[in-house]
Amino acid sequence: MASLITCPHCGTRPKEEFTIRGDASPVRPQLGAAFAAWDAYVHLRDNVRGPMKEHWQHSGGCRRWLVVERDTFSHAVHAVTDAAEFARGQAGGPGPAAKPARPARAAKAATAAKGRGQA
Amino acid sequence: MSFSRFSDGGLIDRTRSVRFSFDGRAFEGFEGDTLASALLANGVTLMGRSFKYHRPRGLLSGGASEPNALVTIGDGPTREPNLRASMVTLRDGLVAESQNRWPSLGFDVGAVNSALSPFLGAGFYYKTFMWPAGLWETLYEPLIRKAAGLGRASHAPDPQDYEKRWTHCDVLVIGSGPAGLMAALAASRAGARVVLCDENSGFGGRLLRDRVEIGGSDGPGFVASAIAELAGNPKVRLLSNTTVFGAYDSGVFGAVERRDGAGSGPAQRIWRIAAKRAVLAAGAEERPLVFGGNDRPGVMTASAMRGLANAAAIRPGNHVAVFATGPSGHETARDLLARGLAVTLVDARADVPAPDLAASEGARVLKGHVVADATGGKAVSGIEAIDRATGKRETIKVDALAMAGGWNPVVHLACHRGDRPVWDAQSGMFLPPAPRDGLAAAGSAAGILDLAGCLASGAEAGAQAATDLGFRPRKADAPAVREACGGSTGFMTLWHVAEARGKAFVDFQNDVTVKDLGLAVREGYGHVELAKRYTTTGMATDQGKLSNVTAIGILAENRGVTPDRVGTTTFRPFYTPVSIGALAGEHRGAHYRPVRRSPLHHWAERHGAVFIEAGAWMRASHFPREGEPTWKEACDRETLAVRSGVGISDASTLGKIDLSGPDAARFLDLVYTSKMSTLAVGKARYGLMLREDGLVMDDGTVSRLGDDHYLITTTTAAAGEAMAHMEFCAQALWPELDVRLTSVTDQWAQITVAGPASRDVLARIVDADLGEEAMPFMAARAVRLHSGLAARLFRISFSGELAFELAVPARQGEAVADAILEAGQPFGITPYGLEALNVLRIEKGFITHAEIDGRTTPGDLGLGKMVSAKKDDFIGRAMLGREGLQRADRLQLVGLRPVNPAHRILAGGHLLEPDAAPTMANDQGHVTSACWSPHLRSTIALAMLRRGRDRHGEILTVWDPLRGVETRAIVGDPVLLSSGDAGKARPARDYPPVTPAAPRAADWLDGLTVDADGRVRLALLPEAPVYLVSGPTGKDAAVRKTAQAGDGAIRPVQPGQALAVGQAGESLTDLQQRLGAAAELSLCDLSDARVRFALTGPEAAGIIATQSGIDLEGAFATSGASAPTLFGHVPVQLTRTGQDSFEILAFSTYARDLAESLARSIRLLS
Repeated sequence: MASLITCPHCGTRPKEEFTIRGDASPVRPQLGAAFAAWDAYVHLRDNVRGPMKEHWQHSGGCRRWLVVERDTFSHAVHAVTDAAEFARGQAGGPGPAAKPARPARAAKAATAAKGRGQA
Repeated sequence: MSFSRFSDGGLIDRTRSVRFSFDGRAFEGFEGDTLASALLANGVTLMGRSFKYHRPRGLLSGGASEPNALVTIGDGPTREPNLRASMVTLRDGLVAESQNRWPSLGFDVGAVNSALSPFLGAGFYYKTFMWPAGLWETLYEPLIRKAAGLGRASHAPDPQDYEKRWTHCDVLVIGSGPAGLMAALAASRAGARVVLCDENSGFGGRLLRDRVEIGGSDGPGFVASAIAELAGNPKVRLLSNTTVFGAYDSGVFGAVERRDGAGSGPAQRIWRIAAKRAVLAAGAEERPLVFGGNDRPGVMTASAMRGLANAAAIRPGNHVAVFATGPSGHETARDLLARGLAVTLVDARADVPAPDLAASEGARVLKGHVVADATGGKAVSGIEAIDRATGKRETIKVDALAMAGGWNPVVHLACHRGDRPVWDAQSGMFLPPAPRDGLAAAGSAAGILDLAGCLASGAEAGAQAATDLGFRPRKADAPAVREACGGSTGFMTLWHVAEARGKAFVDFQNDVTVKDLGLAVREGYGHVELAKRYTTTGMATDQGKLSNVTAIGILAENRGVTPDRVGTTTFRPFYTPVSIGALAGEHRGAHYRPVRRSPLHHWAERHGAVFIEAGAWMRASHFPREGEPTWKEACDRETLAVRSGVGISDASTLGKIDLSGPDAARFLDLVYTSKMSTLAVGKARYGLMLREDGLVMDDGTVSRLGDDHYLITTTTAAAGEAMAHMEFCAQALWPELDVRLTSVTDQWAQITVAGPASRDVLARIVDADLGEEAMPFMAARAVRLHSGLAARLFRISFSGELAFELAVPARQGEAVADAILEAGQPFGITPYGLEALNVLRIEKGFITHAEIDGRTTPGDLGLGKMVSAKKDDFIGRAMLGREGLQRADRLQLVGLRPVNPAHRILAGGHLLEPDAAPTMANDQGHVTSACWSPHLRSTIALAMLRRGRDRHGEILTVWDPLRGVETRAIVGDPVLLSSGDAGKARPARDYPPVTPAAPRAADWLDGLTVDADGRVRLALLPEAPVYLVSGPTGKDAAVRKTAQAGDGAIRPVQPGQALAVGQAGESLTDLQQRLGAAAELSLCDLSDARVRFALTGPEAAGIIATQSGIDLEGAFATSGASAPTLFGHVPVQLTRTGQDSFEILAFSTYARDLAESLARSIRLLS
């Protein structure tokens, strides 16, 4: 029925106040990155059983995007941070015009995609 | 001798008789009775018929687990089936009916099934109704459903009110027996916020039903003093008649409070309880024994018979047999002997402990005996006892039979999160799993069966929960107790009596016998999950509360393993059935979801609009006039009026987003395909937003209002999605950009004036040069009306005609729209609705989300030129370059006209080459939008066609198999109507200016200002200017300080955003001056986008709990606390202005819906 998320700005609220987007770990590649990196960013997701970082928006509250670290199996929520803070920490803060930073995860996924041919 | 009532004793109030009926017969009971106890007092033991064999059944366990005594309560639309008679509190005028019998409960034709039982064993359905398959759904299923069965629901709409509420606590205690009471006392004495729930009408559990002594008082006396203490503590909430039905994530529990016969307020209330810790003190169910005829009316569990005798003074006849494997049977014997009844005690144990024998002194005790069969017809009349040592049978005449087969702890809620109970071979019970997520079991739910142990375990669990949360409970001594059998608890495990001759039931509700389970094992369905489905044991409304453990024991025996090897089935919510009405709460019918009303809603209503649901909005579909039989005539007239003269319509529902900040231009370049940063101030541009996969997400316009200030419009349909997407881009993708996004949809009434005469009409309203030079196509200007009102004027067209969109603050909208109507009078101005809007745009080939369906690229829509080749990066750019999205043979937007104009084309039809077979391989595309064009006097359509742009002039077949329509159509340009087809503008003449009247006060709150006896009051607060102050997220302190200068309150929205509210009646400019915002902060006027309500009174917090899950006691306990939250599905800013007073800042388009919702909750209080 319901579970609770603690928004770092608003406090603890029922999950109905939030909207889930999905995996927060893929980092948007820079323009000019290999197609495989874009493919990985847009299409490839792990089906995680256990701890996972996800983007949620507190759409019924402050409207900030958050990164919710939760266990997809037990549904325990471990941490909630603001997505801006997470993004700065995640990519070392590349702006849209900054040097491309090729994230390890996307690169790994890209290799995997190549291995599977056009699958 | 049948059941009757003792002339004294019990917890019933004999001075207050209660009249009720059962199957049409009138009866009387007393206040304090349940329906079950009142029926027994009247000698009615036959209460229902069983599911499959239609066997006569009476009360068995007398609690929440009752499988037999299922009744339907009420008649007409409030009729509720499958209620357990033991859980229905007797009230005057109660109408009860038995179920699953025809023609009557006493004579039931279906009982013939019992005679046919050799053919109706486990898996009967699977083996019998196999062929022919054609009969499965047409004959077998309807027949089986009719024959098998429980009660039937009313098919009329339910007139009752239901409510949902949130409550927050430190410790939730489930069950108010000895363990629950002690847990609640311990936790509340330590200072914790406690919620205590009990599913019965009175608190106390077994303390009300067993004869015990605690601390020098009897059970009910001890309960009364404990409840008095708890009720006097403001941090304790006591909920009786409330079943906690589910344990969910993060310590949230669902509970249903039944308020039958409460007279006013909701019939039922769903509680969502957010608890930091929970104590499960749900007790244990007494295990029935499995022997022949164990289902006859008059056979019941020993604790049920004892409880009825002690609490309801029910006399189960003169001579009662008790079949026991443990002390509970002796305790029942003791209580009945004390009432002067004769008792024969059949104890399966050869060695009966001395304390047990001492308790039942005076009874005839048959040690080492079992009851093989209970005999009788519609009531038990005798038993066959067998001496297991000698095999000797003895027939004994009895009036009733009690069975004490041991205990099954009620572990359900401890297992809802996925854990399984643990088999304890020593005690012969399934015990709850280890504590998890703050929920721990105590008392007999934890397998502790003696009273002293339950009291101690409850006190310890309550204290532990409080300690975990940082409270310091005092050490308290458990009260001294005296109980039956000296507190002995051990029982012998006896799964079934092998010597039985008659049908021995394991699952009473589904008529599953020992034989059925044996058959399941022999046929390979011995796994507990398979056995459940094969035999149906543990299904239906009681979900095996009494039967599951016994079934597991019998399966284990049959398979030659221990019960832990068999395991249990999965425990899931709901613990007991919950009505759909309660779960829906107030969200049903017209209130299924909130209704959003445009600021021009009332204006359209006054001009006769017919409304249509469009997403959350109610939008004007058309404005019918006399003599127009259907919407189509109105639509044709409105369409023609726009092209030949002038029309007026409401564009307020378009999503409007205010964008400011130093990086606004850069941000727009990143989210739109075209270069928005080159847009000049005072101009608007049409734009496309893509998803990251390169497909179109939404279209709309961007207007540059200042250097760092833009207004974005989105489609009505995708407004929410587009806003969330842009917020994601700003916050999660490019947090280093300083941009501030604010939804201003509610702030503006946006009025479209379209048609050749639109300029002439608006010239009478707007004090500005509207000529081609001063106000060219795609101009976006701040203007003033002749009245002096500040407004925004856009020269944007969605009709292909000369058109303007005039935006005025929402509260002014209705008066301005009326003024435009007046100004347009000489030009024949016509209000038009959504239907005409759709025809106008299809004629001109303009797209909506019928075309932007998540599969189209800009190129597909003929908008490839809008993708800037010069730009560095934007959302969707990389993936749009994919080969598949650039292929020449993609579906492309075209226009269609039928070869014969009289023929129809319908949206959804597929396109085929002439004479091609309708297959996927031959599919050439599909029709996205279609309408009747009164200008072309033909059906016209937009379609996505393979290589469509190269195929203009081709004739194709539009194939619509759903409607059985096939039409030949000519492919052409999506712009179906060239401007030459339209009428001519009338020559402009000089007409005097028109000034809008002063805005009318909102009259929709009339009747919604509710005052429930001074307990709570909802009122509209006077209008005051409202600004959203925003700045870089890092400047939150400066933002809050600036906003605070409004009226002293801080209303934070998010880091870098806070609402500033001015004084009542203050002008916007005055507030702006008083705020004195620093240059780096932006102010966005939301004065008309918010409506302010005050909710005051001691029940205000309770009303808020019906709407929002916010905890008003924690950080929100102090005056001045403010936060955004959801009320139902509507976003608000909630501010505590005092102990019992709150301010609610609601989005103005939702305000009426919200006020209705709050008013409804308030009315339920009175």
